Amino acid sequence: MGDLMEILILTLDATLRVSAPLIFCALAGLVSERSGVIDISLEGKLLAGAFVSATAAAWWGSPWLALALAIVVTIMLSLVHGLACITYRGNQVVSGVAINILVAGLTVVLGHAWFQQGGSTPPLADEARFMPLDWPLAETLSGVPVLGALYSELLSGHNLLVYVAWLTVPVIAWLLYKTRFGLRLRAVGENPQAVDTAGISVSFLRYRALIINGVLTGMAGTYLAIAQNAAFSRDMSAGQGYIALAAMIFGKWKPWPTLGAALLFGMLDAISIRLQGVAVPGIGEIPVQLIQALPYILTVVLLAGFIGKAIAPAADGIPYTKER
Amino acid sequence: MSDAQALPRWADVVLIPLINISLALAVSMLIILAIGESPTEAISVMINGALGYDEAIGYTLYYTTNFIFTGLAVAMAFHANLFNIGGEGQAYIGGLGVGLLMLALSDVLPFGLLLPLGMLAAMAFGAAWAFLPGWLQAYRGSHIVITTIMFNFIASALMVYLMVHVLIAPGSMAPESVQFNEAAFLPFLHEWLNAIGFEVAESPLNLSFIIALVCLVAVWIYIWHTRWGYEMRCFGQNEKAAAYAGINGKKVILVTMCLSGALAGLVGINEIQGVQHRLLLNFTAGYGFTGIAVSLMGRNHPVGIFFASLLFGMLYQGGAELAFELPNITRELVVAIQGLIILFSGALTYMSKPWLEALFRRLPKRDRNTAEGAAHG
Repeated sequence: MGDLMEILILTLDATLRVSAPLIFCALAGLVSERSGVIDISLEGKLLAGAFVSATAAAWWGSPWLALALAIVVTIMLSLVHGLACITYRGNQVVSGVAINILVAGLTVVLGHAWFQQGGSTPPLADEARFMPLDWPLAETLSGVPVLGALYSELLSGHNLLVYVAWLTVPVIAWLLYKTRFGLRLRAVGENPQAVDTAGISVSFLRYRALIINGVLTGMAGTYLAIAQNAAFSRDMSAGQGYIALAAMIFGKWKPWPTLGAALLFGMLDAISIRLQGVAVPGIGEIPVQLIQALPYILTVVLLAGFIGKAIAPAADGIPYTKER
Repeated sequence: MSDAQALPRWADVVLIPLINISLALAVSMLIILAIGESPTEAISVMINGALGYDEAIGYTLYYTTNFIFTGLAVAMAFHANLFNIGGEGQAYIGGLGVGLLMLALSDVLPFGLLLPLGMLAAMAFGAAWAFLPGWLQAYRGSHIVITTIMFNFIASALMVYLMVHVLIAPGSMAPESVQFNEAAFLPFLHEWLNAIGFEVAESPLNLSFIIALVCLVAVWIYIWHTRWGYEMRCFGQNEKAAAYAGINGKKVILVTMCLSGALAGLVGINEIQGVQHRLLLNFTAGYGFTGIAVSLMGRNHPVGIFFASLLFGMLYQGGAELAFELPNITRELVVAIQGLIILFSGALTYMSKPWLEALFRRLPKRDRNTAEGAAHG
């Protein structure tokens, strides 16, 4: 019993760690798509944020400066996306693909030129990273059965950015559903003509959505490179941007369900690591690849309308042309 | 748009793409400058590395072959207004089809049968991997972009599972299958050229290049000179009008996606049957994604796709040489350039249009004035 409890807590603990970038990125995608701009480039921005933060931390040794610079760069990428999709009314998917490919190449080229380590950045000292925060009394309470373990293992001892990721969910939910900006943002993703008729700038709203998107993906990248890991390595985002996209769709473009989907996909990841080479009683060994592919398979099944229906914002992906 | 007629056709077809590529290359030069290398030296190394000697040309055309297949795959879908990002996965599964067939039959059948069967297998597997997203779009309304992205990852997971657990050669450490029987190998073009008296260095360029050229013509005929191609373009231009004209949209989506997947699957012929001669992981190496850049740059037309493939072939081969000559630069520079080309010629296509329109509105006026002057004089 105690053993099982421990495995459960450790798996949940790992889930929280791996799902933080998914939460950030999925919410970033959500804000952008609720305003009517499809964002395939979450993956690229995650990778760019990771590279910039690791580089800045390696050069100047300050995690906060690294975070700030990562956010600046991801906002700039968001603005490039905005320039293509909003101002020049280009194809939003193409623009996203372009950013993903550009970042995948550029991070390795610059990393190699600057650090000569095959595209990786040098390992960081603890002072240059975001470290786990131990909550008060975590050590003393760890002896208390169940609750103590929950407190000291599960709640305490995470990275600052993990807590920020959690906090982002209610903040975004509040922003979308309780503020005037959020109302307009949701309206512009459903019916931009109506918003335009009311005398509100469609472009400016969408640009602001993309800036929020940049801030969130910048934090995700920073977490990946200088909190969860201690350096940047090439292609370290490894498809997590796409899993976040899947989580956003799975969460039906709503903040709390999106959090649920991000946690589910994070847990699948944590379980797949734990199940490596383990035979499950009654089933036998489950291929790790199957568990790793599950987020994608589940999303396809969901999109096909077999489990509920995922309906995108009505104006998602359609450039807005102001009538003259 | 009121200004739609302001640009002459040649400017739209030739000038705007050229401006976009120039912008992409200009930014690439800035990147090279930023990492402290000389752009002019980089360009000369790349051109020499891509075209300077016969082995280099062979490699360039070998890469070109892959890009023709994946570029045509993306273009085919674009004509039906479908964005197939899944070329990478379809090429991967197409290669799996070739590989399975060769592992099963290369010991018993002659090359004359193995080539058409291998092509059929590549096309069938690639088509099947595109059919599902197509079916889901046509009948269940899921977005093809998202499903094809997901299918890329599912293909990748499936291949890792198969190579690690099922198809791995007995006793092998690396996840690779046993080599096929030699009967399956496609002839290398240097072997043919040497046989007729031209001394050419070895390169992976093989018969698939000819197959790719045939595909270019076949796709051109299909899109512009068959009823199916006409229905596909109609559907791509205006779904509702196509439906009124009695075109079955669901069928168009399914047929187009299958053809698109089949073209991407043919990468397997070049890579698996032509070069590697065994099944292995990651042989698609991003060619499917490059197909997007190729198709956008070639304006979804086979002629454009041929030249765009050639340019990307030169970039890939020249980029490899560049990484070798200038140790400060890595091959991934080509990936970055590819991203810039997609950005400028795909997403920011009409950035320069207002400027050009303003320019062209001025030009004819001057012509008119001079003509009037001549008449008066």
